[in-house]
Amino acid sequence: MLPNEIYDKLKTEFGDAVIEFDDKQPTDPFILISADNLFDICHTLRDKDEFLFDYLMCLTWMDFAENVGVVYHLYSMVFKHKIVLKVIVPKSDPKVPSVEMIWRTADWHEREAYDLIGVQFEGHHNPIRILCPYDWEGHPLRKDYEAPEYYHGMKVSY
Amino acid sequence: MGLLDRLDDPYEGGGIILGKIEDILNWGRSKSDWYLHFGLACCAIEFMAMNASHFDFMRFGTIPRTSPRQADFIMVTGTVTFKMADRIKILYEQMAEPKYVISVGSCSNCGGPYWEHGYHVLKGVDRIIPVDVYIPGCPPRPEAFEEGMILLQKKISHQAIFNKRKRLESEV
Repeated sequence: MLPNEIYDKLKTEFGDAVIEFDDKQPTDPFILISADNLFDICHTLRDKDEFLFDYLMCLTWMDFAENVGVVYHLYSMVFKHKIVLKVIVPKSDPKVPSVEMIWRTADWHEREAYDLIGVQFEGHHNPIRILCPYDWEGHPLRKDYEAPEYYHGMKVSY
Repeated sequence: MGLLDRLDDPYEGGGIILGKIEDILNWGRSKSDWYLHFGLACCAIEFMAMNASHFDFMRFGTIPRTSPRQADFIMVTGTVTFKMADRIKILYEQMAEPKYVISVGSCSNCGGPYWEHGYHVLKGVDRIIPVDVYIPGCPPRPEAFEEGMILLQKKISHQAIFNKRKRLESEV
């Protein structure tokens, strides 16, 4: 199934929750969806017989100045088709539903996204840092991040 | 270390070596260094080549140990992140005296490519533990490992065993 066909089917099923479709970019064509219905849409994409997206290839993130985005690359081992989902939430309240219950892959990916950009994944069973030390402050891959001066008495800058 | 050169037979019958006790101890100490290998990044991959048969690190008398209690020196090979720096310090403190440190590669010496934007990297392992030998390179060639090991052996053989800072007079 082509990405625009997937978009049309999702649009008829979920209406306004599916915001826009973009295949003009040099990247993979993507569907922008609202954060509130993310879990239901992902569940449909995995389990409905015409989609069967059984593989979450990658979960990553983007930093826009006031917003943060989460990107889901999905692939179907059955039909060999793929789609990219994007969710954009404000940086002041970055809450996105967790898809860890749908694809187990998302467990560590969501922990990484929380660690480095600070997105809160609601419903994740273990939302702790994965790369930085547990007592690290801030989310280092945010564009406005500033490294601390000292960590445990060790100077950070050169 | 010049010890066997003194086999000059001053008494009839021979077989007597006159020497200082520290020379004998240092001779054994410098030729049998067991190390705690701390492989953190690509330098550890180069160190695998060093350990394999072609370069044969064990001919220096080194044996890799997994416990700091049995190790004479610690080999820090790779990027020291802050998360790992705490652990390195704990393991270094667990080693028995006399203990030595070899720092391998640019990252471990000074932060390497992470010196400017590496919020997570300690800029040189010598900020937490005292380093005896620095091996430069990114990563170093096995020949550089060999020279570093020879330098450490030289350093050990010129130290008084009960006082690391006191330096014995060179015989040569």
